[in-house]
Amino acid sequence: MAAAGNEAVISVRDLVVGFGEAIVLNGVALDVLRGEILGFVGASGVGKSVLMRTIIGLLPRRAGRVAVFGIDLDGLNEDARRALERRWGVLFQQGALFSSLTVRQNVQFPMREHLRLSRRLMDEIAAAKLEMVGLTPDVGDKYPAELSGGMIKRVALARALALDPEIVFLDEPTSGLDPIGAGEFDLLIKTLQHTLGLTVFMVTHDLDSLHSVCDRIAVLADCKVITAGPMAAMLASDHPWVKAYFRGKRSRANGPAGTA
Amino acid sequence: MDSSLLEVSVKDGRLALAAGGAWTADHANDLERLVEAAIQRSAQATAVNIDMGRVERLDTFGAWLLERLVRGFTAAGRETKVVDLPEHYRELVAEAQHVNRADISPVRQPLLTTLLAAMRRGELALGHDFLQFVQMLGAVSVAGARCLMRPWTFRFTSTIHQFDRVGLRAVPIIVLITLLLGGIIAQQGLFHFRRFGIEIYVIDMVGILVLRELGVVMVSMMVAGRSASSYTAELGSMKMREEIDALRTMGFDPMEILILPRVVALVLALPALALIGAITALFGAFLVCWLSAGMSPEIFLARLRDAISVDDFIVGMVKAPFIALMIGIVASVEGLSVEGSAESLGLHTTASVVKSIFLVVVLDGLFAVFFAAVGM
Repeated sequence: MAAAGNEAVISVRDLVVGFGEAIVLNGVALDVLRGEILGFVGASGVGKSVLMRTIIGLLPRRAGRVAVFGIDLDGLNEDARRALERRWGVLFQQGALFSSLTVRQNVQFPMREHLRLSRRLMDEIAAAKLEMVGLTPDVGDKYPAELSGGMIKRVALARALALDPEIVFLDEPTSGLDPIGAGEFDLLIKTLQHTLGLTVFMVTHDLDSLHSVCDRIAVLADCKVITAGPMAAMLASDHPWVKAYFRGKRSRANGPAGTA
Repeated sequence: MDSSLLEVSVKDGRLALAAGGAWTADHANDLERLVEAAIQRSAQATAVNIDMGRVERLDTFGAWLLERLVRGFTAAGRETKVVDLPEHYRELVAEAQHVNRADISPVRQPLLTTLLAAMRRGELALGHDFLQFVQMLGAVSVAGARCLMRPWTFRFTSTIHQFDRVGLRAVPIIVLITLLLGGIIAQQGLFHFRRFGIEIYVIDMVGILVLRELGVVMVSMMVAGRSASSYTAELGSMKMREEIDALRTMGFDPMEILILPRVVALVLALPALALIGAITALFGAFLVCWLSAGMSPEIFLARLRDAISVDDFIVGMVKAPFIALMIGIVASVEGLSVEGSAESLGLHTTASVVKSIFLVVVLDGLFAVFFAAVGM
């Protein structure tokens, strides 16, 4: 559903990232267009999370350029950096909720950081965000240690969306969710894309998500992005890994079965 | 405050609200004030019209505040209509209509109830602490007895590794501190004894103090600070990451694998460290006596031999394994009590160190009573 002629909100060129002697990303080039949901796939351990972390600046890079909203992430001063971080939200694989704060305080954390709002409004908005991700408001008083895995993911998503960001980075959002929950999650992402004009960068293994929600898919293999395009392009690809991934035993037997 | 966001006027008995600009998070504060001010004016009309035609941007904050505006007027019994809402915002506004329907205000207890409840919890906590200590002591003893009967199940490598960490690696800091300690006591003693011309008795004082009390107590406190915190933090992190559960499900006993080696290592290490500490403290005292009061090594040693007896040495050394056992048990109890948050880890690590240090002094006092009664 991405409109034609969109600019790239995230632009990666010639990216090289490594740890010690091991090079994980070697010359990665990728564009994420405004308003699209990009699914990012690759074998486990091949560097998908590494790429995501490098784009948001958590990992250093050895070479290459990363630009978000057209702004190069190198040489940003602290204020510029904060202004940029205000415009994106991140959902980490394990949730990364602050263990000493309640759910409500977790969701309100970005609001306190970047905005000045009344207590009442923050409580109402936090409750609204929690309801939007499918949780009941009474979850607000619980601590992360008391939540199930699925609830942690949803709270983490609510926190990622707390400030209505323009881009949201999701690291395996549906892993560990039951099929109904995963389906609702997909629907939620799609709705947010539609109503808020959200751009979504989603690292995932979930074939159902890829079929139903992603506008484009990028494949990471051999330390590079070997192909990027809509699902139809993936299914038509001749690359052995791509074939095995999308048309293998566990894939849907009949290809994309309609949109959400 | 940007009042163009929401302009209020009265027209033919209807309240006409014109919304414009960016109804987004960045303006949410101003918007909230405008919304509340508008709701206050509900008495001025029987019906309300909200014109959203000029709104440039709307996000969830804006959608919610619009909903709050509508609910505010509806609650005041005013017929409310939202008009000219741009097509692509309808879904968001519809979303906002469903949220915050349930009352989520927390139940507040009277202050006295809260205070009394806290006091009672504190009371119970003391008894609970003691019970936990006894339970852990029992569990470790049972595990130890099992290992005695089947010596091949004892985690020897683990014990040596822990001994290295709490014993060998502690030597430099223990030596440094006890050296200084011995020197300081000797120096203070010399300063005062000089007045009466009895400097030689400083050696008596230092010898007896260090061997009977200070050597062991100071070293125990340092080991408590160093090793109790490390044991608790380790065990606590393992508990948080479900590693202890994983051990149990594989059929292993965490007592045998984790706690027994740590306690045994400490029980072996502390007496050794106490011995090293005592000798170093005496050496420190000797250095001060030699350099400051000009006592030669021969005089120092001769006087020392006369002043102290084997009893003094035994009194000091006997305390060490018991104190070590206590520190190990307290650290393990606190480690396994850690709950899911980072804050909890910090709290229990602190509690572990504070309790250990406190109990070192308590045990020392008990031993003092015991040895006095026994005539040592």
